[in-house]
Amino acid sequence: MTELAQLTAAQAAEKIRAREVSADELWTLYRERAAADDLNAYMWVADEPDGGDGPLAGVPLAVKDLFCVEGVPSYAGSRILEGYRPPYTATSVSKLREAGAPVLGKTNMDEFAMGSSNENSGFGPVENPWDRERVPGGSSGGSAAAVAAGSAPWAIGTDTGGSIRQPAALCGIVGLKPTYGAVSRYGMIAFASSLDQCGPLTRDVTDAALLFRHMVGKDPCDSTSLEFPEDITLPSTESLDGVRFGVPPELTGEGIEDGVKAVFDETLKKIEGLGGKLEEVALPHSPHAIAAYYVIAPAEASANLSRYDGVRFGIREGNGDLLSMYEETRAAGFGAEVKRRIMLGTYALSSGYYEAYYGRAQRVRTKIADDFREAFAKVDLIVTPTSPTVAFKLGERTNDPWAMYLADACTVPMPLAGIPAISIPGGLADGLPVGIQLAGPAFSENRIFDAAYALEQAIGFEEGPWRDA
Amino acid sequence: MIDREQVLHVARLARLRLTDDEVERMSSELSTILDHIEKISELDLENVEPTSHVVEVENVLRADEPRESWPREQILEPAPDAADDGFRVPSPGQ
Amino acid sequence: MTRDPDRVYEPVIGLEIHVQLSTRTKMFCGCALSFGEEPNTRTCPICLGHPGVLPVINAEAVHYALMIGMALECEIADRSIFHRKQYFYPDNPKAYQISQYDVPICGAGQLDDVRIHRAHLEEDAAKLVHAGASGRIHSAEHSTVDFNRAGTPLVEIVTEPDLHEPKAAGEWLRLLRATLKRLGVSDVNMEEGSLRCDANVSLRHAGSATLGTKTELKNMNSFRFLERGIEAELKRQEAILRDGGEVEQETLHFDPQSGTLSSLRSKEEAHDYRYFPEPDLVGVAPTQAMLDRAREALPELPAARAGRFESELGLPADTAKLLAFRSELGDLYEEALSADGVDPKTLANWVTQESAAADVEPAALAKLVVMVSEKAVSAAAARQVLGVLASEGGDPAAIVEQQGLGAQGADELREIVDRAIAENGDAVEKIKAGKSQAIGAIVGAVMRETKGRADGGEVQSLIRQKLEL
Repeated sequence: MTELAQLTAAQAAEKIRAREVSADELWTLYRERAAADDLNAYMWVADEPDGGDGPLAGVPLAVKDLFCVEGVPSYAGSRILEGYRPPYTATSVSKLREAGAPVLGKTNMDEFAMGSSNENSGFGPVENPWDRERVPGGSSGGSAAAVAAGSAPWAIGTDTGGSIRQPAALCGIVGLKPTYGAVSRYGMIAFASSLDQCGPLTRDVTDAALLFRHMVGKDPCDSTSLEFPEDITLPSTESLDGVRFGVPPELTGEGIEDGVKAVFDETLKKIEGLGGKLEEVALPHSPHAIAAYYVIAPAEASANLSRYDGVRFGIREGNGDLLSMYEETRAAGFGAEVKRRIMLGTYALSSGYYEAYYGRAQRVRTKIADDFREAFAKVDLIVTPTSPTVAFKLGERTNDPWAMYLADACTVPMPLAGIPAISIPGGLADGLPVGIQLAGPAFSENRIFDAAYALEQAIGFEEGPWRDA
Repeated sequence: MIDREQVLHVARLARLRLTDDEVERMSSELSTILDHIEKISELDLENVEPTSHVVEVENVLRADEPRESWPREQILEPAPDAADDGFRVPSPGQ
Repeated sequence: MTRDPDRVYEPVIGLEIHVQLSTRTKMFCGCALSFGEEPNTRTCPICLGHPGVLPVINAEAVHYALMIGMALECEIADRSIFHRKQYFYPDNPKAYQISQYDVPICGAGQLDDVRIHRAHLEEDAAKLVHAGASGRIHSAEHSTVDFNRAGTPLVEIVTEPDLHEPKAAGEWLRLLRATLKRLGVSDVNMEEGSLRCDANVSLRHAGSATLGTKTELKNMNSFRFLERGIEAELKRQEAILRDGGEVEQETLHFDPQSGTLSSLRSKEEAHDYRYFPEPDLVGVAPTQAMLDRAREALPELPAARAGRFESELGLPADTAKLLAFRSELGDLYEEALSADGVDPKTLANWVTQESAAADVEPAALAKLVVMVSEKAVSAAAARQVLGVLASEGGDPAAIVEQQGLGAQGADELREIVDRAIAENGDAVEKIKAGKSQAIGAIVGAVMRETKGRADGGEVQSLIRQKLEL
């Protein structure tokens, strides 16, 4: 049983195809673990597997509760959607089901994907399996914790400002934010429409590539989705010969805690050891990324969350008049962080303030994208720590919103530019995992997987709760 | 930077009822956040186009072909207050 | 402001028209458009604004918008985008309407002597049904929302304030309606709501370029109500100004039953729509193929039709315009014209001068006009026949026969004239004495005897002949 649980998703899929392992066995194993989860990582666990035949057949998938699955509770971490069972299924989930992966359960998350610690869930925080007094990161904290704890072989989450990569880093697993438009957003409950992307959280890089391969594709239901210009290949190279890595001083110096910096510096050495070339590249506008992000994302969110009004679905409160229905429903249903961001976003778009805030932030965004374009003319990939710190303690930052926002400092520039980035475990600092981020130009996922795989082999990260579970 | 009056105005626009406590807290939290955001006013952004769409495609259009609508029972099922054939709400203009 | 009862005020009127397009499906989803279906049977998660859904633009709606723009001689934007217009109301499922803001698909244009400011695409709201006894909002406690209409494609057309008289506004709207009808892009039925018109009304000092404060009159659902509503509002504003007061900017409703205006919304309560570009949609940049297709689909438009009536059929300019600018009249005219032996000018006069003609079958009307031309029936008698045709239909010849309305033969008429002259000696004396009006008595006698079937003009000339005048 234990060996079964140590298989990566790719290994399990292979063994199921070769009939060395039975899909039922694997389902039973993970279903039991998910049902027994005490990290508060799961909102709902399936009774029966629902995947078809296909390359991913039999490998159960944990799905962040932000994805609509028809007939299945989908609350986006919010009390305002308590009881909601969507009348349709997200395209990305359908595609993965068609590829064979059955939905194992829905995972807990920061409310409407707003958060970096999974402490903003309307249904209680998630604990980090590495240290249960610490946060798993957010907003895909449940998915990350589940994979890290071994209660799911793999998971999908969403990343808007770092919500896949940062929890992956804090939980010692792999997480990818794809190129904007590579994966359909249809059925992904919207937070910030121009930034949100669906991506894999996995035990290793190969699993991430495999899952990603079956997610991508232009979807007629999503006007912003694009056809991926190449097939997704599974990585195999162990050399970084000829690969040029850019190191941006703005994201690798000030603000990065010592333990993280140490692991990062070690990683840079490993890159060189594999034949990679390091070069300093400036991303001059990245220090302004958080400011721009915290205008754009709340602005879009404030509009996206207006539909939660008590009329067609979700909860309803109020004393009988229309205004009260709106105001009381939303007061009762939304948590503090969501309210804060709705207020911020509404303010940034309101009459007289649009140009100063939203207008300016969209221009900063252009400059950030330009910075990356110029950088990628000189290097193939950019490397940074994923998170400035290791997992912090539960409750440590909940009283200081801006301190919480700074957790995204290294991850926020990429979604603003629409480019892909992966986080892989780089090592430990004080016994806690440190993530290394690799970013590339749009549609460079294959190159990212290759480099990440080679680095992964060289780093040889063998730690993690799932390995002993 | 964002005072009580403004907080109440924005809360009304967003249809959020805030307690007095929340109004006060919101006022100070938002002011702090806005102070940090002010950073972007330092930059010279003249002649820079705003990015309103990251994806550079155009004309993503759908053929005018009907697709079956959802059955009424299914769409009324999640409603907090469903009448026989529709979604009941308190009347506006009261 | 001082009172000046002698100052002349000039009305300044602009119109805002919403046209429901007659595409097969809604603007952003594949639901079929509803025509009085059972409530909430033409909906889906997209037009209901469920969590996670995304809009996709209807290609045919874009095609119709291009046709409308070209028919109104508008500049077509190289690239236009959609915006979110945010406000809370139960008929607005996402709490934002996807519309176009500062980059609309159609820019400045012209129709007859009114300039078009712009035309753009957007989605219609749902229907709010009020439960109170009178069906009016104010008496109901609950309303029910029917989302069948939500998402129906609309084109909004805004004119410059080039109209200066309520009647002119009504006539111009009839022309616009005729134009849209010819295009085949909408049912343009004001009672059913597929053509809706708001008016912006103000007064300025005659000769001044400065505009006065304007008020908005919403949703008048017939040409007559539009004219009366504007007239009532102009009177109201004039009274205020003459009294030394100031007109307040507000939105008003005109009740045609009582003829009164009531305020819907004052300036203070005006919405802050917080527009921002719709991130879920990409731009519309009409290709040459799209433009060609729209241009080729344009039928002969009213202005061109009027020109053709003038040049090919020899109709006077006024008559040609009247026929071409009111689609039903023009269509009736052209169909009737296809009958044998009909004189275009005579037919035109009948169609434009006899209101009953509008309710008569074209073939029957043509036949009647021919009968008059052939003097088989007098004009006066023909009017009677027209009335019967309008209310009951039928065949003109048969009606003439049945009701004995046929004109007399020339001999028979001369006999009657002779008799009338013989019996009205005093009148004859008076005529011979120079009082030519006295002929009326003799004409009257003849008309009485022929029961109005004789042609008055012909009777007069016969009397004159006889009396050698």
